[in-house]
Amino acid sequence: MSAVGGTALDADAARAWVRRFAELVQESAVELTDLDRPIGDSDHGVNLRRGAVAVLAALDGPDAPATAADVLRAAGTTLVSTVGGASGPLYGTALRRVGKALVGVDAAGGPELARALRAGVDAVVRLGGAEVGDATMVDALLPAVEALEREVAAGTALPEAVGAAVRAAQEGAESTDALVARKGRASYLGERSAGHRDPGAVSSVLLLRALADALGGPA
Amino acid sequence: MSVRLVLLSHSATAAAGVAELAGQVAGGAVLEAVGGTADGRLGTDAGALEAAARRGLDAGDDVAVLVDLGSAVLMAKAWLADLDDEELERVALVDAPFLEGAVAAAVTAATGADLTEVVARAEEARALRKR
Repeated sequence: MSAVGGTALDADAARAWVRRFAELVQESAVELTDLDRPIGDSDHGVNLRRGAVAVLAALDGPDAPATAADVLRAAGTTLVSTVGGASGPLYGTALRRVGKALVGVDAAGGPELARALRAGVDAVVRLGGAEVGDATMVDALLPAVEALEREVAAGTALPEAVGAAVRAAQEGAESTDALVARKGRASYLGERSAGHRDPGAVSSVLLLRALADALGGPA
Repeated sequence: MSVRLVLLSHSATAAAGVAELAGQVAGGAVLEAVGGTADGRLGTDAGALEAAARRGLDAGDDVAVLVDLGSAVLMAKAWLADLDDEELERVALVDAPFLEGAVAAAVTAATGADLTEVVARAEEARALRKR
């Protein structure tokens, strides 16, 4: 049973999630790099696009991963080894942890998916040491997983619950406009980093939007 | 068994330069310079880090990893998170400035000190005042 348009994340939906993320990253690469130019080293879009191309290649071929857990772990490992910037280990670790949390789960429903995404976001927080308010991807990811947990606990159907997570991520990314960056190269700019949207928070919205698209829900 | 150093930088030139300097100060230390991406740009290459560290472990050495900035730090931490407990006893990420830490680690390693001591001496480089 395919979960596309449905109520669970199975292997097909995981593949669709990763493919859609890679597509969105490629479509947005110029915008991400433009966001990175004033505060970073102008490479976020370029780096993620390189990772996206490699991820798409890893999903096909003779050793293509067969379960949702393996799809996400393979995508994560590919991002770590191909991106070359900080977003590689961060997104790579996130996807690998989500995948690890789904080992043995054929089709993750709301509670399993919320738990898995929480594990992924927690791993990003541990690895990068950022908190909400530091103007990083955490400003998008943490509100998103909190929204998903809230909606799932309230019994909202999965596509709609993920839609709420996308909106929370988008609002979180917009909140970085006013923030002073406290991590990465942008943090050297101090107050001058305010007034810019964090590119990592923007690409994090793409990760959530891709999940919503893969599950076929409104976003 | 001895301790070898893996020096991970965004720049192949920076990694090689730090290795050159630390190697000159500490004759006999085994240093692996890892810098830049696989396609020759500035950045960090997880595969090259893994390969360099693995050469040390396979040779029976412990491995101290020194890193420069940003993605090099995250890459090293993400890589460490994948190691098993036995490997984690033989590998350490050093919390020190890249050049100063590498020199201190190399000098200490060249004396035959163990991994704990190499890491401790290298991390003291954080307190080195220059004015």
